[in-house]
Amino acid sequence: MIDELEALAASAEQRLMAATDLDGVAALDAELLGKKSQLSAAKKKLGTLEPEERKAAGRAVNEIRQAIEAGISAARQRLSAAARQIQYDAERLDLSERLGEIRRGSLHLNTQARDRLEDVFVSMGYTIAEGPEVETAWYNFEALNIPEWHPARGSFDTIFVDLGEPEEVMLRSHTSPVQIRTMENTEPPIYIVAPGRTFRTDTADATHLPAFNQIEGLVVDRGITLGDLAGTIEEFVHAFFGGEVKTRLRPSYFPFTEPSAEFDISRPDGSWLELGGCGVVHPNVLANCGIDPEEWQGFAFGFGIDRLAVMRYELDDIRELVNNDVRFLRQF
Amino acid sequence: MKVTLSWLREFAPGIDGDPHDLGEILSSLGLAVEEMELIGEAVEGVVLARVAGLRPHPDADKIQLVDVDRGNGEPLQVCCGAFNMAVNDLIPFATIGTVMPNGMEIAQRELRGQTSNGMCCSAAEIGMGDDEAGILILNDRVIDGAELGMALGDALGLQPDVLWDLEVNANRPDAMSVAGVARDLAAALGVPFAFPEYEISTTDEQIAGLVEVEVLDPTMCGRFVATVLRDVTIGTSPAWLADRLTQLGMRPINSIVDISNYVMLELGQPNHTFDLDTIANGHLKVRRAREGETLRTLDDVERTLTTNDGVITNEADEIVSLAGVMGGATTEISDTTTNVLLEMAWWDPPSISRTVKRLNLPSEASTRFRRGADWGANIERAMRRFIQLAAESGVVAVDGFIDVAGETPDRTPITVRSSKINGLLGTQLTESEMAQHLTSIGFGVDIVGSELSVVIPTWRWDTTTETDVAEEVGRLYGYENIARTVPKGEDAGGLSAYQQDRRLVRQVLVGAGCDETLPMPFLAPGDLARAGLPEDGVTLTNPLHAEESVLRTSLLPGQLKAIAYNQSHRMADVRFFEIDHVFLPAAPGELLPDEREYLAVALAGVEAPNAVEVLNALDRALTLPNLQLKSASPAGMHPTRSAEVVVAGRTRGVVGEVDPGVLEAYGIEGRVAWFELDLGAILDGPHGNRRYTPVSKFPSSDIDLAFVVSDDVPASQVEGSLRKGGGALLVAIDLFDVYRGPGVDGGARSLAYRLRFQARDRTLTDAEVAEARRACVDQVAKKTGAILRA
Repeated sequence: MIDELEALAASAEQRLMAATDLDGVAALDAELLGKKSQLSAAKKKLGTLEPEERKAAGRAVNEIRQAIEAGISAARQRLSAAARQIQYDAERLDLSERLGEIRRGSLHLNTQARDRLEDVFVSMGYTIAEGPEVETAWYNFEALNIPEWHPARGSFDTIFVDLGEPEEVMLRSHTSPVQIRTMENTEPPIYIVAPGRTFRTDTADATHLPAFNQIEGLVVDRGITLGDLAGTIEEFVHAFFGGEVKTRLRPSYFPFTEPSAEFDISRPDGSWLELGGCGVVHPNVLANCGIDPEEWQGFAFGFGIDRLAVMRYELDDIRELVNNDVRFLRQF
Repeated sequence: MKVTLSWLREFAPGIDGDPHDLGEILSSLGLAVEEMELIGEAVEGVVLARVAGLRPHPDADKIQLVDVDRGNGEPLQVCCGAFNMAVNDLIPFATIGTVMPNGMEIAQRELRGQTSNGMCCSAAEIGMGDDEAGILILNDRVIDGAELGMALGDALGLQPDVLWDLEVNANRPDAMSVAGVARDLAAALGVPFAFPEYEISTTDEQIAGLVEVEVLDPTMCGRFVATVLRDVTIGTSPAWLADRLTQLGMRPINSIVDISNYVMLELGQPNHTFDLDTIANGHLKVRRAREGETLRTLDDVERTLTTNDGVITNEADEIVSLAGVMGGATTEISDTTTNVLLEMAWWDPPSISRTVKRLNLPSEASTRFRRGADWGANIERAMRRFIQLAAESGVVAVDGFIDVAGETPDRTPITVRSSKINGLLGTQLTESEMAQHLTSIGFGVDIVGSELSVVIPTWRWDTTTETDVAEEVGRLYGYENIARTVPKGEDAGGLSAYQQDRRLVRQVLVGAGCDETLPMPFLAPGDLARAGLPEDGVTLTNPLHAEESVLRTSLLPGQLKAIAYNQSHRMADVRFFEIDHVFLPAAPGELLPDEREYLAVALAGVEAPNAVEVLNALDRALTLPNLQLKSASPAGMHPTRSAEVVVAGRTRGVVGEVDPGVLEAYGIEGRVAWFELDLGAILDGPHGNRRYTPVSKFPSSDIDLAFVVSDDVPASQVEGSLRKGGGALLVAIDLFDVYRGPGVDGGARSLAYRLRFQARDRTLTDAEVAEARRACVDQVAKKTGAILRA
């Protein structure tokens, strides 16, 4: 019996070696190890043997079974690896043949600049205020200490709207009306920035648009000073432009702030670039909003957003921002 | 306002230093230097020469040959394109080798066969003015002792000088004059400032009796000073005076006008000259105009006046001048004028502002009156300066001034708390330091304990309050010397929920392959109608162009223009989005338009379902409460491929395709899938309410059902019926096929759904699934009449 089994093992090994596909291996598996196999028959016969003989024969049956199982497993591995290789070879791809893409869209440069600015001011403890683009003379001028006769009114080059009395309703010429709306509706302390579109009768050219974007900051708190304004501008400029950029304030004039200043940032060559205007909120403006200027003081500052985008990407024509040319938009 | 260093030094000789440094100090005083120029430096190599002869060029009409004499007896032949010279004229001549200010080097050259040995120069070419039309003729301008061949600067006695162009703010009327700028700069430098004494001599004739002035409206005219000038001859001004006017940007006109302008630039006092002989009895009256009165101003335009306008009339009450703004034609001085009434007055700034604005008549004079001229001693000073300068041309003034007072601003001392100044500036200055800064620019200060009693000078009309004074202290102390501090609020910063969600919307749309566009908010008349929308946009009063005169009520026209623009540049299938304001007609009783924030998505070259797809992505991102598409034909939209977007029962926008007729009107090829939402209303409403449902641990069963559904019945209704029929066991529903064609009746289509059933607490039996399936089929049949497809 042991001889027969050994012969079986030898032939099994040969046949497994010769198998050329996984189906053949499966057939051999059934034939050699199945219920009707020679091994199963041998195992059944073990009970009929003498104890001495049975022990040796039993060991042989198990050993040969394990050997055949190992052979089957090896044959399977060999053949499935070969089959996989055939699949690999058959479905080779050149990934540089790009036929399509999931194209991500783009945020407008103004949005990107505005988001960055908002994030910096949020990190400094500010919230974001917004307001309408069509405004009344009260919000755009009068509450801001610019009476009807004031020469400064002319310098705003305001675009008026056919509503109300002549020159009563207009496209806001700055974001400062948001200051007024905020102060009218909020108890100090106030720490806000107000980004948004503003309008002037500027003919569109490479450096001007009749509709452009500004961001304006307003702080109203106890004991706010011009030094607080200078420090805040410096902190913002360091966060936005980098710690090496210097700032300076130069006296200037706005009807809604006093003292007023222009603020400049340093260029790498040491020259100064005028960024925006700022100042300590004029007591008349606080009073116009029902805030007691003896108890509260504030500062405000503002500058253009579009210009930052123009500067950052060295655009040669600001009109690109409103042309909506997809060949421009997709660059960012 | 332009100033030169030499002119500033006439008031403060101590002003000195590097021009750039002085410019920085001017900027730090709030007089921002817009431009700085070094002037009075003649170009090296340019010499004084004489035109010795003029000959036609034998082969050219547009150039002539000039024999240029440099005093060495060897005239040089020069080809010249200008013809304004006569023989013996003195001219600037650039010798060979000279490098001109524009960088060009003068070399010997041939012009049509004739040699040119240098260049005759125009004023512009050598930086001595703007005139580039002809050669600069120097006959009257060379100094005594000048010789031919002498360097031009020496021959003209030029002195190197610095010209600054300063930006002067509206609150600085004082700095609208050379003297005022000198006062500020001297204070910053700590050097003395003083007005020169203007010596004048007059005739024995007394002003009284020659001129009579009545100020009938003292609110318009704070002060009216006048005198009479005799022996006036109108000629040209001396070169030094004309040069200064030119340097400061004014054109020399004639001897009297030039003096008028010179005094205004130097001392900031505008003035007006009348031909005395046109004014009966020298009698002038000042009042406001009556509504509708007219005046022909000296620019020969008939002006209609209002009750705001200040006017000067003659004794017959006929208007002869629009006060502070422009003189009248009838009393204008002329070449034959010999007797002049010289007027210097102070006019109410707001009144002047209104007149200038209404008549659009800005001028150097009215700009100074609008900001508030000096009503104090500066008026007499300017009178004396005028008379002194006019004396050079033989003009002589009569003895004395008429001086009539109206109402002038209150200049009683104001009390300023030193604590308030320090509190505004963030400084710790002492009262005496504050007083020192203020007195350096002419403020009167008495220190009373911790307060300052301040007399504000008459040249600072705009300065009236404690805060105004604090600003002056800060300005003189130097903003750069103020310690920088950063205030911190008690609350954290952050974006509002609305602002965060708006950013989320943008990111979802960017992820959906859309590029953000920001068209201008202006439309042309007809843009809305072309887009199939009502023409009810708010219009602008003073648009730059008619094409930008209407405010949009929808983002559609702007997006269509953007698509058309890109198509015309061979970029066809763009995917755009926009979040921006629209301006709906004002609600009843409201002044302002109903301004809203809209979102639009425009997908060129694809069909309506693609818009729904993007809309659904937004729905998932924002978790909108019960988003439904209600079949509709909104304005501008494809009538059979559009729907209203309903959120929580409220219509919030439209989705579908743009009407092909609208696309045609905008010149767009192909389809445009579109949706537009009232984003503001949606984000202000409830949304984003997500709740946890435990994931079932039990197996699910899928059932496919195909219904033949009439085209009248929206798929959403079928889906609703399936949900109702399936109840809680129906956990997913997927419309995987829509079929029209053979096997399905016309007017209907087959909708195939895959339904997934699953329970939270058990494995469903086959019988339970079969029951759920039956309930679904029954519900669909009952609600929609659709039958299961065989």
